[in-house]
Amino acid sequence: MKRKVYLMILLLLAAMLALAACKPAPAAEEAAPAEEQAPAEEMPAAAEEVTLTIGFTASQTGKYETSSGRQVRGFNLWMQQINDAGGITLSDGTVVKFAAVSYDDESNKDRVQELYTRLATEDNADLLISPYSSGLTAAAAVIAEQYGKVMLTTGAASDATYKQGYTQVFQIYTPASRYLAGAVDLLKATDSAVSKVAFVYENSKFSTSVVEAAKAYAEEQGYDVVLFEGYDPETTDFGSFINKIIDSGAEAVLGGGHFQDGSTFARQLYEKEVAIKFLALLVAPPEPDFADLGDAAVGVIGPSQWEPLAAFTPDFGPTGDEFVQSYTAAYDEEPSYHSAGGYAAGLVLEKAIRDADSTDPEKIKAALDAMDLTLFFGKIKFDTTAEAHGLQIGHSMVYIQWQKDADGNLAKQVVWPADGATAEVLYPLH
Amino acid sequence: MDFVLASLTDGLLLGFVYGVAAMGMTLIWGVMDVINLSHGPVIALGMFGVYLLAAALGLHPYLAVIVVAALGLLLGIVIYAIAVHRVIDAPHLSTLLATYAINMVIIGLGTAYFTTSPRNIEFTLGTSSIGPITLLWTRVVAALAALLATGGLYLFLQRTRPGRYIRAVANNRSAAELMGVPSTKILALSFGIGTLLAAFSGGLISTFFPFTILSGGVYELKSFVIVVLGGLGNPVGALFGGLILGVLEGLIPVMMPTTWVPVVEFVLFVVILRLRPSGLFGAKQ
Repeated sequence: MKRKVYLMILLLLAAMLALAACKPAPAAEEAAPAEEQAPAEEMPAAAEEVTLTIGFTASQTGKYETSSGRQVRGFNLWMQQINDAGGITLSDGTVVKFAAVSYDDESNKDRVQELYTRLATEDNADLLISPYSSGLTAAAAVIAEQYGKVMLTTGAASDATYKQGYTQVFQIYTPASRYLAGAVDLLKATDSAVSKVAFVYENSKFSTSVVEAAKAYAEEQGYDVVLFEGYDPETTDFGSFINKIIDSGAEAVLGGGHFQDGSTFARQLYEKEVAIKFLALLVAPPEPDFADLGDAAVGVIGPSQWEPLAAFTPDFGPTGDEFVQSYTAAYDEEPSYHSAGGYAAGLVLEKAIRDADSTDPEKIKAALDAMDLTLFFGKIKFDTTAEAHGLQIGHSMVYIQWQKDADGNLAKQVVWPADGATAEVLYPLH
Repeated sequence: MDFVLASLTDGLLLGFVYGVAAMGMTLIWGVMDVINLSHGPVIALGMFGVYLLAAALGLHPYLAVIVVAALGLLLGIVIYAIAVHRVIDAPHLSTLLATYAINMVIIGLGTAYFTTSPRNIEFTLGTSSIGPITLLWTRVVAALAALLATGGLYLFLQRTRPGRYIRAVANNRSAAELMGVPSTKILALSFGIGTLLAAFSGGLISTFFPFTILSGGVYELKSFVIVVLGGLGNPVGALFGGLILGVLEGLIPVMMPTTWVPVVEFVLFVVILRLRPSGLFGAKQ
């Protein structure tokens, strides 16, 4: 028996070693450290090259992996392009280049606080980019504020973070309070006879703030909210919610949360053949991977911070087409709005440094406060009042819907606002 | 009323699968007096096993479930030999820690290899509507498979020599050994069958819910409640316990927000432990 047990232990160890060999890349994906980096506060001598360290965490594992991965790829593309172009040259001849320090936050709030503290103290990051999601960003924002680091937040729409009296945090996305209002307008414009609306949403900071604002707006518009219930972020079985939707007689369903729960919810609604006319979900539908649902994706509407079809005329940075081409060439995938958000965060940072003509964080912060520009991503302007400093007030949403083209292939179409629509809305849902 | 019927049906169908998951736990607990904390990760391994076999090798998901169940039996015997055998006669804390260590090894390796990102098996058998009830055939098949597994386990324990040996060891290990029952082999087999059932239930769940390497934890907790409901070491009781839990999960959302389901489940767990520790259907005979 003893020999058999030892043999089994050896076999197990061999299996563990084999698995370890197959392990994906290490979580901490650190870029090369800044060489002899000059402190950001001190203006360097003419023609000196300064490398600014940008710190952030990425959800390489966990439920935010899909969206966070795209956000980081978007940001990395900007950084690679600006460094390849020779960096930013300031008026005194200083060349500013960028290096990133990044860790896997495992989609976990506790890890975020620990890692942003590390970024601010041990890695001496000069500037910070937020993790993905409002919950993780709220945790990171506390650290950014505590250590006085300017942080651009992308992939984080909750309004609450910007109403804490923070002065270092700047939001790229349209705030959550304006996320689903357009979907309510779209519903009203499409079918004025619909009166019963259900909200089924993830119990997370972001989703709750979105649906609370949307519920108030829907009621203001005369809708009867027949169901308003949250689900646990780890929910995989939406059976009880679907039965409640059927029982409530809701004609339209709004809500969702993030990619995994949203796509599972849409799939189960389709499988159960629920007779709703309108389905608008947060985050999941604009993701290209949502098409993997096949027929369950058809007709589902989602608010998007950006779409390749959106034709803004930028006064700084590339056009939408140029961004799509360079992103697709770099990563061999279609960019989502998370990718565009990551890239836009880099562009905003670049513009702020150019406007400040300095690497001094105080001057960069002043440039962000004064910013009012249009990127391929849309308009960018920050609230500078004490009540909501850093809240995005320039950017607005577009609404996409998955439809089948003439060949039966799934494609996203912009269906709202009407003046930017690329197709008529597919209505009713099933 | 339609709402209640639809919810009840959903709950019942899931309850069968919960029952099979709990049967694995109750068998090990009842026969060996071991609380197997590697139960949840093994359920998750069952999910990933089906996922890999279906996605990588193109195996039909139900065929993959059978393969995964067989692998589960082998895995259980290996776990028993490595972690449990040496501490089987030690105080409970030792077996608890030994199986918890296995839990951590599986979760650690699984996280490193698969990450904690959710996976999904693209598989459907369609639906049928009966009045207000919409039946998803993947869940109906899972419920039928769970029933078959219960029947099979019952027949195995009652009608076969190894099954009788397992019952004998469960009743009185020393006496069984004196009668010539090879208790070490029987204990390893029991652990293997418990693990087989866990992997089998995980495989069935993966055909209709998305999952991560951490997903087994939820079903492990449910298994604890079911084992207590159905009676320690009572496999048929576990199936009924699973059905009761499934019905509760169907009915609780009718009366209150769905997020209250785990609260009610664990209140029930404490109440049963307090008032009827042998379970509603009695402990092992």
